[in-house]
Amino acid sequence: MNKHKILKEAKLWLVAIPVLLWTLLPIYHIFLFSISSKDSAFSGALWPDKPMLHNFVVVFRQDHFYLHHFWAQIWNSLWIAVAVGVLTLVIATCAAFAISRLKVRGGRTVMNAALFTYFIPAAFLAVPMYKAMGSYGLLNSRWSLVLAMVTLASPYAIWVLKQASDKLPWELDEAARIDGATPLQLFRLVYLPLMTPSLVAIGTYALLLAWNEYLYAFLLLSHENTIPLAVGLGHFLASDDSPWELLMATALIYATPPAAIYYAFRRYMVGGLTSGAVKA
Amino acid sequence: MIAPYVLVFLVFVLYPVSYGLWLARHPESYRTLFEDPVFFRTVVNTVVFLLVAVNLKFLLALFLSGFFVHERPWIRWVSVVFIIPWAVPAIPTIFSIRFMLNPEWGVINSLIFRLTQMDGPNWLNEPALALSMAMVVHIWKALPFWTLILMAGRLAIPRELYEAASVDGASGWQKFRFVTWPSIRTLYLTSTLLSMIWTLGDFNSVYLLTGGGPADLTHVLATLGIRYIRLDQVDQAMATIVVALPFVLPLVYFMMKRLSADEQA
Repeated sequence: MNKHKILKEAKLWLVAIPVLLWTLLPIYHIFLFSISSKDSAFSGALWPDKPMLHNFVVVFRQDHFYLHHFWAQIWNSLWIAVAVGVLTLVIATCAAFAISRLKVRGGRTVMNAALFTYFIPAAFLAVPMYKAMGSYGLLNSRWSLVLAMVTLASPYAIWVLKQASDKLPWELDEAARIDGATPLQLFRLVYLPLMTPSLVAIGTYALLLAWNEYLYAFLLLSHENTIPLAVGLGHFLASDDSPWELLMATALIYATPPAAIYYAFRRYMVGGLTSGAVKA
Repeated sequence: MIAPYVLVFLVFVLYPVSYGLWLARHPESYRTLFEDPVFFRTVVNTVVFLLVAVNLKFLLALFLSGFFVHERPWIRWVSVVFIIPWAVPAIPTIFSIRFMLNPEWGVINSLIFRLTQMDGPNWLNEPALALSMAMVVHIWKALPFWTLILMAGRLAIPRELYEAASVDGASGWQKFRFVTWPSIRTLYLTSTLLSMIWTLGDFNSVYLLTGGGPADLTHVLATLGIRYIRLDQVDQAMATIVVALPFVLPLVYFMMKRLSADEQA
């Protein structure tokens, strides 16, 4: 019996160890480079001779050709992410309320249109989006990326909020109406307070989607001063002798906030539409 | 109140798509496209990428979901670590893997050299190898998500079924074959389809790792469309996407049907 148990545990570890190595190796590699000198990084060592924070100092002082706009770019990333989070939240909450609680005519059609947008591969929509932004004269304005990301984030947001909203009891709406509440009062005084957890989750989702986006950012924005940090990172590889240790230090700074936010809201982030979409 | 979203949809989905389709109306675009040797190669790459990467990813996810359902505190911690690739943005980790694969300075080849005294392969300079590495990157990034989805499916299976099977003396494989698989088969197949749609739009795994190179031999449809944009051939870029639509739209339609079926249930 005991032997059997030990064997079982050993088997589990036999799975766990490769899984951990596979997951952590690329992450560790970023960290390793960010605390290594260029020579040490390029030597293939698994730990630097002299670990150092010098790379971060260079990044924060913008002390390299690729880093001249570091602070401007991180500010752009933040500005765009917050704008997308707020706008998506407003648009999706209104839409979900109208479809789910007010049962507006055509709500179903709008929901289908949103789902269609959600399922179309994002890289496919990028081409027409790029062309349309050009004809709106928005290319190279941060708003083009904000609006594009709101378009990509809203469908999932509406769907999740509609699901959550369908679960609220109808008696609440009826009670409020009998008390003479207008739809707007119903929205503000009954609906929003009850939906707060879902709203936080959706705001976070949209924020992270925008911060992490590369393709749309690199298509729609190209001025050094309007691009977010994601595109700035891509510029590092423009030449053959890229300063990889600085790239990795910058990448670590870029990746840490979204990872921290993701873990803080982890309970809300996986599942949602996908588990709904694929439910047996 | 529905107006703001309707406006967003009209201005940033309907108009762009209609405009795009209108740009793609010339038969010449398709003739040029089909004559471009890069296009044929791209179609092959895309099909291989979808079939191999998605199926491999799901077999791994199916296996690992069986590991993560074990109730041990330490396995919870492993799952917290395991989700990292999904939680962090794509660029840092893909660039990291890109350098790891560098033939001269990358850690992989330096390990190979230390262990065998032989030079490792030039990972990103041989088309087949480079495309395989892009698939590895894709799997690395997306595996945690699908593992969690399948894990949720496994956790929804009533325990009594397994207990009854144990009483009947079923082996581990028989439990999987007759209890687990019938319960999660639909979930598994639908997830695979959904993942295929989304993998078709996976631009990052290929572009950030190989840039479509060497010599434009590792493009997939997602990166080819963007390549044409960079070359200022937008009609061509749209034609690339239109060619893929007969495959994408039925899948999208199927997924939407599935969702509304759920709604009514």
